[in-house]
Amino acid sequence: MTAPAVATSAVALSGRRQRRLPFSPWHLVLIPATIVLLFPFLWLIITSIETPAEALHFPPILLPHHLDFGNYTQALQAAPFGRFFINSAVVAVVTVLSNLVLCSLAGYAFARYRFFGRTLLFILIMTTLMVPFQVTMIPQFLITKWLGVNLLAPIGINHIGALIVPNAATAFGVFFLRQFFRTLPIEYEEAARVDGASRLTVLWRIVLPLSGPALSTLAALTFLDSWNSFLWPLIAINSTNQMTLPLGLATFQSAHSTAWTLLMAGNVMSLVPMLLIFFGAQRYFIRSVAATGLAGT
Amino acid sequence: MVARATLTRRPPRRSLRRPPDPGRPARARAGEQAAGWAFVTPGLVVILLFGVVPIVWSAIMSFQRNNLFSPNTPFVGLANYRQMVHDPVIAQAIEHTLVYTALFVPGTMLVGLFLAVAMNRKIRFISVYRTAAYATMAISTISEAIVFLWLFDPSYGIVNYLFHLVGLPQQQFLSSPSEALYVIVIMTIWGWTGFAVVIYLAALQGVPQVLTEAAAIDGAGRWVTFRRITLPLLSPASLFLVVWLTINALQLFDEVYLSTQGGPLNSTTVLVYYLYEQAFGGANFNFGYASAIAYFLFVIIVAVTAIQFRVGRRLVHYRS
Repeated sequence: MTAPAVATSAVALSGRRQRRLPFSPWHLVLIPATIVLLFPFLWLIITSIETPAEALHFPPILLPHHLDFGNYTQALQAAPFGRFFINSAVVAVVTVLSNLVLCSLAGYAFARYRFFGRTLLFILIMTTLMVPFQVTMIPQFLITKWLGVNLLAPIGINHIGALIVPNAATAFGVFFLRQFFRTLPIEYEEAARVDGASRLTVLWRIVLPLSGPALSTLAALTFLDSWNSFLWPLIAINSTNQMTLPLGLATFQSAHSTAWTLLMAGNVMSLVPMLLIFFGAQRYFIRSVAATGLAGT
Repeated sequence: MVARATLTRRPPRRSLRRPPDPGRPARARAGEQAAGWAFVTPGLVVILLFGVVPIVWSAIMSFQRNNLFSPNTPFVGLANYRQMVHDPVIAQAIEHTLVYTALFVPGTMLVGLFLAVAMNRKIRFISVYRTAAYATMAISTISEAIVFLWLFDPSYGIVNYLFHLVGLPQQQFLSSPSEALYVIVIMTIWGWTGFAVVIYLAALQGVPQVLTEAAAIDGAGRWVTFRRITLPLLSPASLFLVVWLTINALQLFDEVYLSTQGGPLNSTTVLVYYLYEQAFGGANFNFGYASAIAYFLFVIIVAVTAIQFRVGRRLVHYRS
């Protein structure tokens, strides 16, 4: 086959397809897929503004006749969703900040300094990466309980501090930042040291400003993890005013398991903050999640 | 970019790091020691206390009769592990965990791959389509489980209504011992779709168009191009997803806790749910037995991951 012949047949091929449909045929796949993906969200919102009678109506009412926000006020009376939100936000933000600080410090030392026991400590930290949370959760419960009783009540069982402290620094964060710091050119740091900058100044003024992408990735992943965490809060917290959104919502569900309109209103209120945060910073979240995948490849 | 370019043209970087200056090294090294430890310590304390110590402690507990309220914790050797062998619920939990994993992992990957391929093109509304998939990443497992509980409600759920419309018999779904686990598979696949799409889309964008175009010019059809060019180039992403999704599937808990509590008739009792029940459910606090189950789970995860990497290394195609 000669080159011009190939070219014409390719043109003819694409031309034929273009003429048959005025739009890409992939829309025919993507529109139904999008409906399936979004339907649970849609149905959640619709149910949340229906009256109980409408929600249980047969056939289901796809468009309620009037907007009824009574479920929302009722849900707010039944459970303090505002409080749950604040708890979730405090836990997530403090966890992210402390991870950024502690993992930067440790990651930088592992990346750049030679000190006694470095390799051993690093291996020790890495082993915790492979162990599933279920293995550590019972001792973590006992340790947290002990700390609350003997050291400081706000970090003990049944306080949101118990959700922050065990995750204040993570092996993943230390490893991830160490790997990133090692890719930075060391010359800037050496030059700054020669010019008399302290080690902390070098980290704060030279290294961290160059590490924006890595820090934002760690922040996004830590935030998602913290916000959606359920098993540890379930074990560590049992008074309502210390609950985070997932735990508060689960408790609310078990108390009103058949009051669907109420449940959906509570669910919408739990969901909206994260959806807003997620779409506000979609670029960062997507890039961060993609980075975990690409790092594995 | 500019800074980095000038840097690479600099003289060898080692010159500054190990200065031949005889007066400096000793003090510098002492400073490095102190700084290293000072920087590492805060994070290290947290990771040791809540990561390393618990690993050792729960290993010890798995050889003890340990209960939150009993004052002493006698060593009982392998009794907890032996108890697992004779516990019929453990056998069920293992089976359910494996069935769930075997359905969830390939299911999520196929859905993710299909959608990512469909979304890897510049057509109108593409950002709307992508955003719809990403949205499933923002929803917590608890919110997801509550919505699906409602969608699949046997009496008033819309899924049964759709079944009714197309003439299928009404189902009990989460209330049926033979169906509940499959409903959980469906809800978790939906919940992980966004993640799989992001991973595959990122990988697809790394597939050089030159290769697929070259294949097309050589006369390969679209399917052959996909099978022979695209899919092998995606294999590192696929291996990552297999491993990552499997680790998460073996640790399934949230959705089970919220939707079925392991029921009906233990049909959705998976390992972690059973472990949770033994340790914290009701008034059990069987920490010794629960720790043994946790270590068993750990061994399963390590073994499965190791096998996947070993098989994967043969199948995965890395570009130079």
